[in-house]
Amino acid sequence: MNGPDLLDVQDLSLSFPAERGRTTVVHGLRLTVRPGETVALVGESGSGKSVASLAITRLLDYGPGRIDAGRILYRDRDGKVRDLAQEDAETMRRLRGPEIAMVFQQPMSSLNPVMRIGDQIAEAIVEHRHLDRTAALAEARRLLERVRIPDAARQLRAFPFEISGGMRQRAMIAIALASRPRLLIADEPTTALDVTVQAQVLRLLRELQRDLGTGLLFITHDMGVVAELADRVVVMRGGERLEDGAVGAVFSAPSHPYTRELLAAVPVLGSLDGEALPMPFPEPPAPTGPQDTVTSASPVLEVQDLVTRFDIRNALGRVRARVHAVERVSLAIRPGETLALVGESGCGKSTLGRSIVRLEEPSSGRILFRGEDVLAAVPNTVADGALRRGIQYVFQDPFSALDPRLTAGFSVAEPIRTHGLLKGPAITRRVEELFELVGLPREFVSRYPHELSGGQCQRVGIARALASEPALIIADEAVAALDVSIRAQIVNLLMSLQRKLGLACLFISHDMAVVERISHRVAVMYLGQLVEIGPRQAVLASPQHAYTRRLLSAVPVPDPSRRRDEVAIDDTEVPSPLRAPDDLPEVAPLVQVGPDHYVARHRVGGLY
Amino acid sequence: MLAFFLKRLLGALPVLFAVSLFVFGFVRLLPGDPARLVAGADATEQEVASAREALGLDRPIWDQYLRYAGASLRGDFGTSSRTHEPVIEVIGARFLPTLWLTLAAMGWATLTGGLLGVWAGVKRGRWQDQAAMLAAIGGLSFPGFWLGLLLIDLFSVHLGWLPTGGYDGWRSLIMPSFTLGVGVAAVLARFTRSAFVDVAGEDFVRTARSKGLTERRVIWRHAARNALIPVVTLTGLEFGTLLGGAIVVETVFAWPGLGRLLVDSIAFRDYPVIQALILLLCAEFVLINLVVDILYGVLNPAIRLRP
Repeated sequence: MNGPDLLDVQDLSLSFPAERGRTTVVHGLRLTVRPGETVALVGESGSGKSVASLAITRLLDYGPGRIDAGRILYRDRDGKVRDLAQEDAETMRRLRGPEIAMVFQQPMSSLNPVMRIGDQIAEAIVEHRHLDRTAALAEARRLLERVRIPDAARQLRAFPFEISGGMRQRAMIAIALASRPRLLIADEPTTALDVTVQAQVLRLLRELQRDLGTGLLFITHDMGVVAELADRVVVMRGGERLEDGAVGAVFSAPSHPYTRELLAAVPVLGSLDGEALPMPFPEPPAPTGPQDTVTSASPVLEVQDLVTRFDIRNALGRVRARVHAVERVSLAIRPGETLALVGESGCGKSTLGRSIVRLEEPSSGRILFRGEDVLAAVPNTVADGALRRGIQYVFQDPFSALDPRLTAGFSVAEPIRTHGLLKGPAITRRVEELFELVGLPREFVSRYPHELSGGQCQRVGIARALASEPALIIADEAVAALDVSIRAQIVNLLMSLQRKLGLACLFISHDMAVVERISHRVAVMYLGQLVEIGPRQAVLASPQHAYTRRLLSAVPVPDPSRRRDEVAIDDTEVPSPLRAPDDLPEVAPLVQVGPDHYVARHRVGGLY
Repeated sequence: MLAFFLKRLLGALPVLFAVSLFVFGFVRLLPGDPARLVAGADATEQEVASAREALGLDRPIWDQYLRYAGASLRGDFGTSSRTHEPVIEVIGARFLPTLWLTLAAMGWATLTGGLLGVWAGVKRGRWQDQAAMLAAIGGLSFPGFWLGLLLIDLFSVHLGWLPTGGYDGWRSLIMPSFTLGVGVAAVLARFTRSAFVDVAGEDFVRTARSKGLTERRVIWRHAARNALIPVVTLTGLEFGTLLGGAIVVETVFAWPGLGRLLVDSIAFRDYPVIQALILLLCAEFVLINLVVDILYGVLNPAIRLRP
């Protein structure tokens, strides 16, 4: 028998229109997937991995992209080998679904917002399996149960905005499975999800593949996920395939230097097990050792019993329910110290950060910055200005945090002008100095955000935060949107700035491996409350709270030899922080369990 | 859904109240004394005073407003100072022609504009798209009076198929509603096209295609329905504008609508009629916006179901 077992991509080249002519984004890609095999297509943003997957299903045709050369050989259900690059639109339509299905990255935007989940699954069944709507809905319900959506009968009638991100991604997988595909292409299906949800979805994919014998092409940038799931790895960069091999071989003996770099840049949780202090990533230029920057001076920031709640009102303006985003949180940060605030989306960690800089209005509690009461400051006074100057924020999405119509230099100069720190040409000199400090060439002052890469934008964001000479930086998921290699650079930059300037830092993150690198202490937040806080080594190595343990056990390990086949993964959903107005959550002081290590011993959302 | 509807309905009431206050204040803001205006230019001081009493202008301002509001609710807007007929009858006679004209024009324009817009969006960048958008530009820039005159010249004078004007049966409605609808159809076509193109680039449209659905289903069930939401807003606005009367088209086709009534009333300073017309137009807009809001709820469950 000639031809591929399932999929054989040969010398595929793809291009997009450019200002002049076309830019080739994928050059001569070769890729095979066999039935029942999981192939991970790995690369950083812009490597062409997603475009390649769109070419295989020919969804590429509906955008500006074009197939220039190559063959996409596919053996269908009847054993017929087709070249998908040559098939007409109608044949491709019939193949999409029953033969090749896709799961996309953004579970929110990938589902039709105005259509019920059940209908979105059922329409594929009606189309390809020719069942009537009632039978299709019954099948959709079975699929929802298959992907472990609790209360499937009710969720059939739900709209996408009514269910959580993890549930949406399960629904997306149910859609892909609806017409029983033989090849499933999953494009970063877990990137937008929390680690515990990611672990659930990965396990689900593995099970389904084992039961159905589907070939799986898994596109990701996360080496941890690759190690957990893949049989084979294909590494791409700049539209070219650099490496292809069994997952064990690629991880233990990567043949291409880029793969080695990529693997070195991957933060591995547990790599600082024997080290109490934070340490930069081993990333050129030569890194310094452990970072002992914490001083014994009095804390820069003290948060005492801070509460931030959001009222949800009914039609008559009466409070119907409250979101308990931050519930009696107390913490302190010393100069030169990095406190990491971890937890999953919706746990209130960002609201806490935003409350400290008064982007949200706290309901009660005290915030002391260098001993001064932040909440007591009258807006638009000198004292208020000084407080605002002293605490600066670095945001998650580096690109949208900059004004697209202003140059990078102007954005950085703005706080200097606003706070009247310098005048005239001194401002320009200071801006250039700041650019140098964050590792950007001076010429970049006149560039606009769209002329910068994600990492460069984030450097500008950090320079802007530094411009007002703050004592405390709040970095809210500041590296989450960046590629691994860039992520390591930015973390190292933040750490070197701490060494040079003695900054205190509140590092809000969901990425435990990065947290391990950067932080002196770790605070774990769950349902608006702190459930554990202590020295980083103590919290990560011997977590005392059930939620901390659950969070840590879900982090994928980027080492295929340590693949956990059946880990006990909790399939439950995180409870909602939404409560009736008179239903206050139980809050109690944390209990000391070790030196500087405190943990919640009362029930928080059913967890101890 | 019912709760959503009632909530929107309740929300419209304060707006209507504010509008009535504004219209009430309108007469008091006009230069000159209304009592003197009613009594006539060469009335004696005593006649003016009795006119003032008859109009209730000597009472406290809140009492005047309550009387005015009460009378308005009963449909009593006073008498026209031009024809000395009750205002409600003057406006009533003109309202139906305007309503028919608006419904006919909006009906064909929405359908044509929407379809043209979706078609251009589907064929984006190709000659069909360019042709459709060229036609839309043409429709927008064609002056209504000229188009009307051309139509009359062709269909009434040369072919003799349709009446040149007047308000007399459905045949007299064809040319005015066509003339009035051309601009609306053009605006809607352009707007629908851009809304459709935006939605067509969304991830869920790609998901729909990845399911192997037919292109027809992808376009209508997934893309068009989402693109409809902004289009509904514009349609509502256009509808409200047309209900206010179409002066040019009414003039060209001798159509007895509200537009010409408004112009005539302004020329004669027929304040009771102007006042009632403003109230009517504002109320129409509030009502249309209510309908638009409810349509949003029907089209987008997130608006309907979210607190």
